[in-house]
Amino acid sequence: MAVQTADTAAPAAPAAGSPSLLGHAFKDALITGLIALGLFGPLIGFETVIIDGALGLAYRPSLLAIMVGIVFVGRLLLNLTLWSPNRRPSTRTGPSVFDRIGTAVGPGVKPALLAFAVVFPFLSTFLLGGLNESRYLIDLGILILTYVMLGWGLNIVVGLAGLLDLGYVAFYAVGAYTYALLATSAPINDFFAGLFGATFWANWAFWICLPMAGVFAGVWGMILGFPVLRLRGDYLAIVTLAFGEIIRLVLINWVDFTNGGAGIASIPRATFFGIPFNAGPDGFAALFGLPFNPMHRIVFLYFVILALALLTAFVTVRLRRLPVGRAWEALREDEIACRSLGINTTTTKLSAFATGAMFGGFAGCFFAVRAGFVSPESFTFDVSAMILAIVVLGGMGSQIGVAVAAAVMMGGMEMLRNLGFLKQIFGNDFDPSLYRMLIFGFAMVAIMVWKPRGLVSTRDPTIFLKERKAVSGDLVKEGHG
Amino acid sequence: MATSPATGLPRWEADPILIVEHLFMRFGGLIAVNDLSFKVGRGDITALIGPNGAGKTTVFNCITGFYKPSEGRLILAKGRAPTPDEIAEVTRIGERSLTGRDAGVYLLERMPDYLVSGEAHVARTFQNIRLFTGMTVLENLMVAQHNALMAASGYSLKGLFGLPGWTKAQRAATEKAKYWLDKVGLTDRADDPAGDLPYGAQRRLEIARAMCSEPILLCLDEPAAGLNPRESLELNTLLRAIRAEHGTSILLIEHDMSVVMEISDHVVVLDYGTKISDGTPEAVKNDPRVIAAYLGVDEDAIEEVEAELHTESSAPGASA
Repeated sequence: MAVQTADTAAPAAPAAGSPSLLGHAFKDALITGLIALGLFGPLIGFETVIIDGALGLAYRPSLLAIMVGIVFVGRLLLNLTLWSPNRRPSTRTGPSVFDRIGTAVGPGVKPALLAFAVVFPFLSTFLLGGLNESRYLIDLGILILTYVMLGWGLNIVVGLAGLLDLGYVAFYAVGAYTYALLATSAPINDFFAGLFGATFWANWAFWICLPMAGVFAGVWGMILGFPVLRLRGDYLAIVTLAFGEIIRLVLINWVDFTNGGAGIASIPRATFFGIPFNAGPDGFAALFGLPFNPMHRIVFLYFVILALALLTAFVTVRLRRLPVGRAWEALREDEIACRSLGINTTTTKLSAFATGAMFGGFAGCFFAVRAGFVSPESFTFDVSAMILAIVVLGGMGSQIGVAVAAAVMMGGMEMLRNLGFLKQIFGNDFDPSLYRMLIFGFAMVAIMVWKPRGLVSTRDPTIFLKERKAVSGDLVKEGHG
Repeated sequence: MATSPATGLPRWEADPILIVEHLFMRFGGLIAVNDLSFKVGRGDITALIGPNGAGKTTVFNCITGFYKPSEGRLILAKGRAPTPDEIAEVTRIGERSLTGRDAGVYLLERMPDYLVSGEAHVARTFQNIRLFTGMTVLENLMVAQHNALMAASGYSLKGLFGLPGWTKAQRAATEKAKYWLDKVGLTDRADDPAGDLPYGAQRRLEIARAMCSEPILLCLDEPAAGLNPRESLELNTLLRAIRAEHGTSILLIEHDMSVVMEISDHVVVLDYGTKISDGTPEAVKNDPRVIAAYLGVDEDAIEEVEAELHTESSAPGASA
């Protein structure tokens, strides 16, 4: 028992094993250190530098030693503490701490978050002392809410129906281009100018195009879904990925129609149900007796996207309790059993695909009206990956989890831009924003290790007889395509 | 016994609900089902038995539309036994079914799996239980009523706005689920996830789920597998009750002879994809070919059996 220093929590350690514990740990750490030396040697030990115009090698032995030292000491400490054979594994009974906290505060979270989302623009204005000062925060709020909505839309496809869709951005693009093309179309403008006056189309385009964007995206979802949905799992994922890219490439290359990579600019802005946000006598500010401020439009956009996101959530929650929603979830659980119960899996999958795509189209339309400019560059695979990450991180099928994940991911990514204080530690040459993605990646890995089923891993049943009991995530399947 | 009072024929001849005619199923070079013909009587409990690999589950998959048979005709008769003319008519016109007000003829080999369940009302269970494990017991039973509820919810439009027609349908569906929960003794666990139930309860739930889709023919693939003797007895009671109270005909694959001999009216024995015996449980039990297929026999016995049957090719090969 002489060597048993690190682990006091295990009094009943096997006596025979303890004397060699330190030796073992040391040996293991040494081997790891050697592997690290072999790996880091070429990667860190050498640096290519330009000496007198020619490429030469510089050596960094001290940096290499530090790195190998970190690996060695870290491994040794882990061997002696966390991975020690004497450590008694904590036996878990019942729900984890997170789950218990979740159950305790659960009922209050949704109203609280909703209330916060509603008062957020006023709160930030009040705290920062003015509309103009709060512009950054409200813009960030709009960005987060856009991704909340996209996450909820994709959640229908991935979380409920269990169809892995890597090309969701395609529907976002369809929605955005629907609005951009229709709103800037001269023939439509002339047609309505003849009927209702010159400014009609500019003022009403968004409100007329919003439902159309959703419908078009939904139809596209069906068109893309029909040939694709006989595939399952990895194959489905790859084909949807390809469709996402195809849409983007068509947008770039069909220059006559989409103006190619240059994009479409000067798209009409959003109006307060026909009242433009301008300084003129018919503008929003003048009509409501407020001093003109361009921020009015931004705040209004914030509430538009909040309403759209809430619509998505409302429809999803309702659909889950309808036969179609239950069929989606049943499809995720077991497709063959679904077919044996008379469920047409093709139409059920298509309906999930189309519904998800429709909300993507709404979000796309909003994106176009907010930015006033669309180009294919906005619809790269990165966006699909980000939305999917939000859904997976939030917990597939969970509404509140996805909302929190979107806030954490988008808000967190923004916060990581403000790492200026690190310059004081690492010197002025250090550019913290370059490490943004690295930190982000580490955070993702950490969450997937601790909460592999996402932030909210339990499933809420859609109907109950006596008592609503959450279904443990271990029993819920992810679906296989 | 299952005989028709009018004709003296066994019920499966007089009033069949399912007629399997010359069914072949080939997987590449392997012939899993070879020229199989049998009939399932309306209101009967019919057992399909045979040694492992005899092709029983393949027959099930053909009947329920999961496989498309290589050859053969599968006729499901709703309401009453079809006349040969009706069968010829629906076969000739190339439709999936010919339905009247209270009777119908369905050609199952022409239907995709979901229509076999949704339109022809043939429900099935699986050898390896296929419940929606992440959904609650009650939800499993609600999913089984999908088609009826889908229509009642106006294909989601009425349901989205919570119109009264939909809420009424939903309540009726819940009542039906409650009835079946009661029937299989799972009312107390209605709100638990299906994956949390013990094995025997999962088997019963799968039967209840199949019954919620209102089948006229219920196909059970080894319903007693993994059950203890007491649970097997309960299963017998449940199946008898289903037949008696709902008039549902039952076709089951089973290895547990206590279940087969106890409850079935009609037994069909399969070996190497062909039918080797067909009749009442007593007749099948004493059929030497069935005994040979199940137990195997030594060479002398084969000769004896061959002599007895006056057939030269039907006995199994060299020695078992």
